[in-house]
Amino acid sequence: MDLSLTAEELRFRDELRAWLEANVPEDWEQVREEALQDRFAFLRSWQRKLYDAGWAGASWPKEYGGRGASPMQQVIFWQEMARAAAPPMANALGLGLIGPTIIAFGTEAQKMRYLPKILSAEEIWCQGFSEPNAGSDLASLQAEARLDADHYIVNGQKVWTSYGWVADWCELVVRTDPNMPKHKGLTVLLVDMKTPGVVIRPLRQMTGEAEFNEVFFRDVRVPVENVVGKVNQGWDVAIGTLMHERGTFGAGLQILYKRNMDRLIELSRGIQRNARPASQDPIARQRLAQCYAEIEIMRLNQMRAFSRLSATGVPGPEGSIQKIFWSELNQRFQQVAQELLGPYGQLVGRDGHAIDKGVWSYGYLRARGNTIEAGTSEIQRNIIGHFVLGLPRSY
Amino acid sequence: MQFGLSESQEILKDSARKFFAGECPVSEVRRLMETETAYDPDLWRKLAEQGYTGIIFPEEYGGVGLGKVELILMMEEAGRALLPGPLFSTVALAGAVLDAVGTAEQKRKYLTPICRGEARSTLAMLEAAASWDPKDAQIEVLNGKLTGEKLFVPDALVADAIVVVARNGVFVVDAKDSGIKTAAMPAMDLTRKLYSVRFDSVPVEKLGNADGLAKGLDVATAALVGEMVGGMQRTLDTTVEYAKTRKQFGKPIGAFQAVQHQCADMYLETESSRSAVYYAAWALQENAPDAAVAVSIAKMYASDACRTVGNRGIQIHGGMGFTWENDLHLYYRRAKASETALGDATFHRERIARLVIDAGAAVAQGA
Ligand SMILES: Cc1cc2nc3c(=O)[nH]c(=O)nc-3n(C[C@H](O)[C@H](O)[C@H](O)COP(=O)(O)OP(=O)(O)OC[C@H]3O[C@@H](n4cnc5c(N)ncnc54)[C@H](O)[C@@H]3O)c2cc1C
Repeated sequence: MDLSLTAEELRFRDELRAWLEANVPEDWEQVREEALQDRFAFLRSWQRKLYDAGWAGASWPKEYGGRGASPMQQVIFWQEMARAAAPPMANALGLGLIGPTIIAFGTEAQKMRYLPKILSAEEIWCQGFSEPNAGSDLASLQAEARLDADHYIVNGQKVWTSYGWVADWCELVVRTDPNMPKHKGLTVLLVDMKTPGVVIRPLRQMTGEAEFNEVFFRDVRVPVENVVGKVNQGWDVAIGTLMHERGTFGAGLQILYKRNMDRLIELSRGIQRNARPASQDPIARQRLAQCYAEIEIMRLNQMRAFSRLSATGVPGPEGSIQKIFWSELNQRFQQVAQELLGPYGQLVGRDGHAIDKGVWSYGYLRARGNTIEAGTSEIQRNIIGHFVLGLPRSY
Repeated sequence: MQFGLSESQEILKDSARKFFAGECPVSEVRRLMETETAYDPDLWRKLAEQGYTGIIFPEEYGGVGLGKVELILMMEEAGRALLPGPLFSTVALAGAVLDAVGTAEQKRKYLTPICRGEARSTLAMLEAAASWDPKDAQIEVLNGKLTGEKLFVPDALVADAIVVVARNGVFVVDAKDSGIKTAAMPAMDLTRKLYSVRFDSVPVEKLGNADGLAKGLDVATAALVGEMVGGMQRTLDTTVEYAKTRKQFGKPIGAFQAVQHQCADMYLETESSRSAVYYAAWALQENAPDAAVAVSIAKMYASDACRTVGNRGIQIHGGMGFTWENDLHLYYRRAKASETALGDATFHRERIARLVIDAGAAVAQGA
């Protein structure tokens, strides 16, 4: 165990740190509170800037626009982004889930075609997995694809599709053989969201915003070369995506969490509690310290996981603890923020009294989805129980 | 940057596990916990032969000269085996403090016999007010003599030298001095005995530089968390095994989600404690600027986690878990003692608040 940086890592870090110091946009604080579309456009151009400087996809192979750095350098990348309070990147699912899936299962032509544009945010990606009748039990999905010469004809519906409203492409899981058992007979397709027959409807979520969508597919023609992995073996590909979603996706979240924590500590100095600043109130201090510690432990758990990844190459089922940790931690953190802000915590953007233009009321409500998206906490615990601890299947 | 154990660290951990399993199986733990001191001279000699009593001390004093990470790994395995007796108090508590505050001459004098397995030691810190903040020590040395009482001193009856935290410095006394009266403070944990120690005009030797005390205590705290992680791991393993074999309603109880999800949480809590303490050990070894915060984070998290893991483990064992015969309560008792020792979660949260909130900017994380 040696957490000191090698000469190469140090060079990487120093170069990145200097670049971030010179390039993190100053107006980012205001943008953070703007409407969804504007915020997204801003993050998209920020990612482009990172890409042009060669930082997006640090650990992706060079031939596809990455930097060819090690998984540990990827960890350093997230830590430095967090340290610099930099904005996150726009193409979150492309970077975190779909790119790694194409790297692991895609053909050479697919890698050349899709990966650079994921990194540059030229093409935004969404993940078309869940359906109205297939959520936790993903393998029971019904969207189907029928082969017609050199195309698949896709029919069906996806739901809760994050970034659907802005996505250019979708990693879609469909059933290509209805006669096989449910985990067989699935195939993963890369679908151009502008193909005729793709209909995207906003789905308003409990925060009031519509960050996710319903997506309908009606006789959508997808060329056969857009199959990722093997036909009818899409479950393996989908699981590959989900392993990243559980195990490594959370690493980017430390940017947001550290930023929120620093801001809450700062706010606590100006909030009065029992006739003194909340930062001096024993109970508020206990709560803040607990959050601070948990955010640090999240980071350390992730670092250990990435070290394991350097050795094995793929995230394993133990990655589910990362998902449980980041999602449940954010819910606890947002509750602490609400306690500290008191009645101000509930105010939304348009009210002039709202703190930080209402990001805290949004944050509290948004966190509620954390233990549902990317596989519910119950499903993550099933995975740990069965696949890590070897307990019998519970369902 | 590599957050996995190196090959030599894996080997050390592995051989420690085998050593403790072989030399101190639970039957031995149970035998020793029924004795007055839970100390066994034979076992102690073997610990010294393994180099465990000198694991972190410099080779010039007869130690092995390994780092804090290795100390934590050894303690983790000792914790898994619920090793009774004064290894923690001698090496990780008094030893780490001696190493941090003693002059070279004092280290030679006190650490050498520890490394050789010829002496044991402990740290007397708490008084009636039971504060883990060294600044709250009331006891005072006047004219080279110590008078007063210390409480909750682990393994004092088998110690040769007692390191005493006083208002005006850190001192060491000869435990066999006639001015010392030691009385047992019977407590939950049967494997680590606690004592009150009364000093009546006892001659002392002042240790070099009390500034090092905080660092010494941080090493002790990290070592304790390492031991707690081992206890959690054992509780988890035992519980998962039981959940696979115990059948009710025609199936293994581990198939019930209410049971399975508790096991998943035990795993999460154990692994998270482990990440936190491995990092703390490394930060201490490297004198990283966030070492003290890292130690408090680890102790804070593990203090709650070791209790919770114990609760879940016993719950899953049902009535069997509540019996004396089942070993889990022995770990549960140790967990409670360790939870409060060197500061519970509340104490360390306040310390984190002092180090992070009061220090102004949040401490830079990692790299
Ligand atoms: C904010 C947000 C963003 C999302 N983004 C996307 C996206 O981009 N792409 C995408 O494909 N999907 C997305 N989803 C969908 C998400 O993956 C599903 O909602 C999730 O997997 C749960 O499926 P479900 O909603 O059908 O709930 P269900 O599967 O019906 O579950 C309902 C409840 O039953 C429990 N349950 C179900 N099965 C079991 C079991 N075996 N054991 C124990 N408990 C069980 C669940 O834990 C849950 O509490 C998103 C969801 C949210 C909230």
